[in-house]
Amino acid sequence: MNTTRRTVLKGATASGVLAGLIAAGALRPTLVLAADWNKAAFEAKDTAGALKGIGATAASESKDLMLKVPDIAENGAVVPVDVVSNIPNTSSISILVEKNPQPLCAQFDFANGAVADVSARLKMGQTSLVKAVAKADGKFYTAQKEVKVTVGGCGG
Amino acid sequence: MSSMNRREFLQILAAASAAGFALDARWVWAAGKGESLYELKKFGNVHLLHFTDCHAQLLPIHFREPSVNIGIGGASGKAPHLVGEHLLKAFGIKPGGIEAHAFTYLNFEKAAKTYGKVGGFAHLATLVKRLRAERPGALLLDGGDTWQGSATALWSKGQDMVDACKLLGVDMMSAHWEFTLGDKRVQEIVEKDLKGRIEFLAQNIKTSDFGDKVFEPYSLREMNGVKVAVIGQAFPYTPIANPRWMMPEWTFGIQDENMQKTVDEARAKGAQVVVLLSHNGMDVDLKMATRVTGIDAIMGGHTHDGVPRPVIVKNAGGQTLVTNAGSNGKFLGVLDFDVKNGKVSDFRYKLLPVFSNLLPADAEMAAYIEKVRAPHKAKLEEKLAVSEGLLYRRGNFNGSWDQLILDAIMEVQGADIGFSPGFRWGTTILPGQAITFEHLMDQTAITYPSATLTEMNGEQIKSILEDVGDNLFNPDPYYQQGGDMVRVGGLQYTCDPNAKIGNRIQDMRLAGKPLDAARKYKVAGWAPVAEGAQGEPVWDVVARYLRDKKTITPRKLNQPKLLGMKGNAGLAG
Repeated sequence: MNTTRRTVLKGATASGVLAGLIAAGALRPTLVLAADWNKAAFEAKDTAGALKGIGATAASESKDLMLKVPDIAENGAVVPVDVVSNIPNTSSISILVEKNPQPLCAQFDFANGAVADVSARLKMGQTSLVKAVAKADGKFYTAQKEVKVTVGGCGG
Repeated sequence: MSSMNRREFLQILAAASAAGFALDARWVWAAGKGESLYELKKFGNVHLLHFTDCHAQLLPIHFREPSVNIGIGGASGKAPHLVGEHLLKAFGIKPGGIEAHAFTYLNFEKAAKTYGKVGGFAHLATLVKRLRAERPGALLLDGGDTWQGSATALWSKGQDMVDACKLLGVDMMSAHWEFTLGDKRVQEIVEKDLKGRIEFLAQNIKTSDFGDKVFEPYSLREMNGVKVAVIGQAFPYTPIANPRWMMPEWTFGIQDENMQKTVDEARAKGAQVVVLLSHNGMDVDLKMATRVTGIDAIMGGHTHDGVPRPVIVKNAGGQTLVTNAGSNGKFLGVLDFDVKNGKVSDFRYKLLPVFSNLLPADAEMAAYIEKVRAPHKAKLEEKLAVSEGLLYRRGNFNGSWDQLILDAIMEVQGADIGFSPGFRWGTTILPGQAITFEHLMDQTAITYPSATLTEMNGEQIKSILEDVGDNLFNPDPYYQQGGDMVRVGGLQYTCDPNAKIGNRIQDMRLAGKPLDAARKYKVAGWAPVAEGAQGEPVWDVVARYLRDKKTITPRKLNQPKLLGMKGNAGLAG
């Protein structure tokens, strides 16, 4: 464990250095830019509606879009999700949890040349498919995997 | 003795011993030269000895293998989901003999009296020493679930087992229940007690904030001129199956990708043999062997499957042997590899049952065990009741020990329904045997032992049964947790293991009446995983019940009616 790095980063977060990086344009979370807020997509109550909202009704499965999620969530309140897109010119990545009341959880837009590699912690109330959608050159690509949320106990 | 081979002769000796004839174990040992159970010719140049899931059983015990161990989907009809005659047939084991007794539940009561107890660290130590003498450089691997499962392990916070393993000469270990001592205690043991003696390995544990490694992922050693890597895999679902608050800063998971990276790194550093010391459970190991390449053998545990021979899994990189070495100190796996020209050319494997009547106790280990037990002797040996029937735990749906716990917690707490966790550890009691406090602790010794009484409606009860059922019967092993079904008292139900979650549990009835989804019922349970749960330790509740009853009549098992399981080789009969 790198305790020093952990301490430094805790300090960095507190003093707003990371926020500075975001403002500098290296990463543009949609939430930071109120103008980009896709209300219809984020407030959609089902996956079809959310996909429609981001314009991804005809997404094709891609092996170059890597979605890393646990098979079983250790804690449904904070499920770690990593998405990496190796599709050239990826301009956005969206993450959806099908069975959440509002499936679209996050959308990341990338400025030219940014590496499409994002991580998030999502809240999941029940077992569900988790879906990543990437946009590149106007086309949509998708990858999905089931994450089980269980009450726990009884093992071993 | 012309009409009798040496093995049969040994069996008769064991029977004589059980019947009370004075028998010098050393003499049996000497007589065994040639065809004895423990005569195992050395093979090749890389040697691995493996035990797992001993659950802190320092003394010899009885342990009945399951009569219900169902395999679903692709796992149906294959090891480890074979019980009784199905297992004997698949592995070519002669019915009625000592090995049939070791690997199956068949004729258990009679055979247990004939062949005596199994396991015990003093007897295991003798076997390990003997195998090591023939196999220079052999590594002794402990798959974990070692520091939990007995009263003395609980009271000493694992210390009795840590010191026993050092004395036994364990070289490397991985873990699961160890973590229920809490992350701080595990780190204290690893840093203070194990340092320089036992390597604690886990490639799949990272810090949950930055993904930093917590333990060494693997060890690289040279054995007889061959570089051997041993990778550790802790139980991937520890924070789910056990209380997450006990290891809040660590994340686990199966981590196939990181496993492949670890194998590749070990190979790049010159490993000619790569072994995975796994606490995945056998079904997960079998799947992992199809996905990760470059592992010569996965020596597994967790699911407590005593599998006589490895399953050979072909994959893109060649083949991987998958073994599972049972539980409770009952078995020692011996894997010999012949490594030629930098790679494995052949192997031999044997899962040796540890029969304490056939292996003399190692004096040093026996003295150590006596010493750690001495301060607690009176408490451990308190006779709570006498059991008229066989008491065992292992099995997918229920065991007579669990039924007894259910009967006790329901009666004492005045509940309609009882839930008892589907743990796979816990020793067996023969009819007529006294139940001591120690035996009760063998079933209940955990760090979150509260007995609970909760109001739940019918819908909540169904959703719990569905949830646990899916952890056992999901056709994809990566979604299984390796425990058995929650044991249910009072409530009858039908189970369709092949169905999907939400449809497996059907026709739930209480005293013949359908369970009402909206009505509240009083549910007794124990082992709550939530932080701050309150309640008397379950062993005190059950001990009171046993002292009160004095004689425990044979239990009537509450088991679900099964659908679609006809002919499944994981079912008796």
